[in-house]
Amino acid sequence: MRSSYDASDVSEFIESLARQVAAGFDGGKPINVVGIRTRGETLAERLSLALRGRGFNQIGRGVLDITLYRDDLSEIGPRPMVRPTVLTIDIDRRPMILVDDVLFTGRTVRAALHALSDYGRPSVIRLLTLVDRGGRELPIAADFCSLRLGDLSRDLKVKVQFTENDPHDAITIEPRKPTA
Amino acid sequence: MTQPTERPVWTRRHLLGLENLSEAELRFVLETADSFKEVSTRSIKKVPALRGRVMVNAFWEDSTRTRMSFSLAAQRLSADVIDFSEKGSSVSKGETLIDTARNIEAMGVDIMVIRHPAAGSAELLARSVKCSVINAGDGAHEHPTQGLLDLYTIRERFGKIKGLKVVIVGDIANSRVVRSNMWGLSKLGAEVILCGPATLLPRAFETICPGVRVTNDLDSVIGEVDVVYMLRVQNERMKTAQFPTVREFTRLYGLTWDRFQRCKKDVFVMHPGPMNRGVEIQSDIADGPQSGILTQVTNGLAVRMAVLYLVTQC
Repeated sequence: MRSSYDASDVSEFIESLARQVAAGFDGGKPINVVGIRTRGETLAERLSLALRGRGFNQIGRGVLDITLYRDDLSEIGPRPMVRPTVLTIDIDRRPMILVDDVLFTGRTVRAALHALSDYGRPSVIRLLTLVDRGGRELPIAADFCSLRLGDLSRDLKVKVQFTENDPHDAITIEPRKPTA
Repeated sequence: MTQPTERPVWTRRHLLGLENLSEAELRFVLETADSFKEVSTRSIKKVPALRGRVMVNAFWEDSTRTRMSFSLAAQRLSADVIDFSEKGSSVSKGETLIDTARNIEAMGVDIMVIRHPAAGSAELLARSVKCSVINAGDGAHEHPTQGLLDLYTIRERFGKIKGLKVVIVGDIANSRVVRSNMWGLSKLGAEVILCGPATLLPRAFETICPGVRVTNDLDSVIGEVDVVYMLRVQNERMKTAQFPTVREFTRLYGLTWDRFQRCKKDVFVMHPGPMNRGVEIQSDIADGPQSGILTQVTNGLAVRMAVLYLVTQC
């Protein structure tokens, strides 16, 4: 198995995701693309750009912070910073693509769905992730995904990097650092 | 996946005062409060962050704003809220503060919000119980959530705190709001001036907090400040008369229309409530466009949500 993917791979993955979405939705109708902080947000931005290139001209954008909806705060360690959710778009009766970088246990997505239900009722919510690394603890699956890694060992960590927050675009699979 | 990227800035289970908080901790609470302010703009103003937790308001003194604000903040975080008031409780039968607190805690309380007339009572409690303790005012010592909401409101109005000049006016000696604000403002780089009659303004303030200036002459500083923070004249804490007449106090230390017109054009007027209209502040200034008094109350909710959330994460 490859343990790293570079910028050109990432860009290819995002193109593939846009292609998948375009096959399932009408670009002439409103669609909302909502990213889960932090890297889901970046991915959502990149995806929106790719979708616009494919004729999607009514994309609503939003950012979801799910910290207050998590059920695993104590497990993920140091108190994550709570950041604002930015969801000023109309989400009712419109399709929504929920975007995150890596799909693992499914708990982040569960929290995101809970949070979204406090904001409104989209006609349909589809889950899009760059990577699916298996290891699900909830009945949740990605509708659109560009890199399915099967059931990765829990000792491995999948790290997605985007130039917006990191030195370069990359996906790496590396041993998890022992937690203190 | 959301990955925690920052090292934890906040590691406190209790909030007892602002004196011991670092600049980074103060900023962290204010930034966290930004996120909680967003919750109050939603159609469903509630998040499940503290579901299953219990907060008790344990008040040995009267309160309108603080008690309601803590209750609403806890409810917006989905915590359960119970109330304790000294009036009508077993305190009249001689139960001590610590015994009362331990009994309340034994019911399975996670957060105790305490207001008490004795300075240091919150700290004493924090040492006696296992749950989180939040000081909602201990005598004339501190009122940290008031201080934080004032910092938040000033930062929101000016976009910064550093470099601002703030005069706090009135009954300095009896005020816990002053002490919390003085520490918070000076740590975040504001210049703090304390002003009041000599009987209500102990000179020791100059040595307690570095950088704090003290004056008895409001008119000498009124034109240079960005924020005028008026305090309530606390008749209930004064054992004897501390100034000749209310009228004289108003003439020398009240925010009158005449004095207000000598302020900077964009001066920001604040008051922790409850106001004595016509004594320390003229009514039309309190209700005017440069008053932040009700904004303070609104922001208090977001700040208290942030505090409740943070102390329960440790």
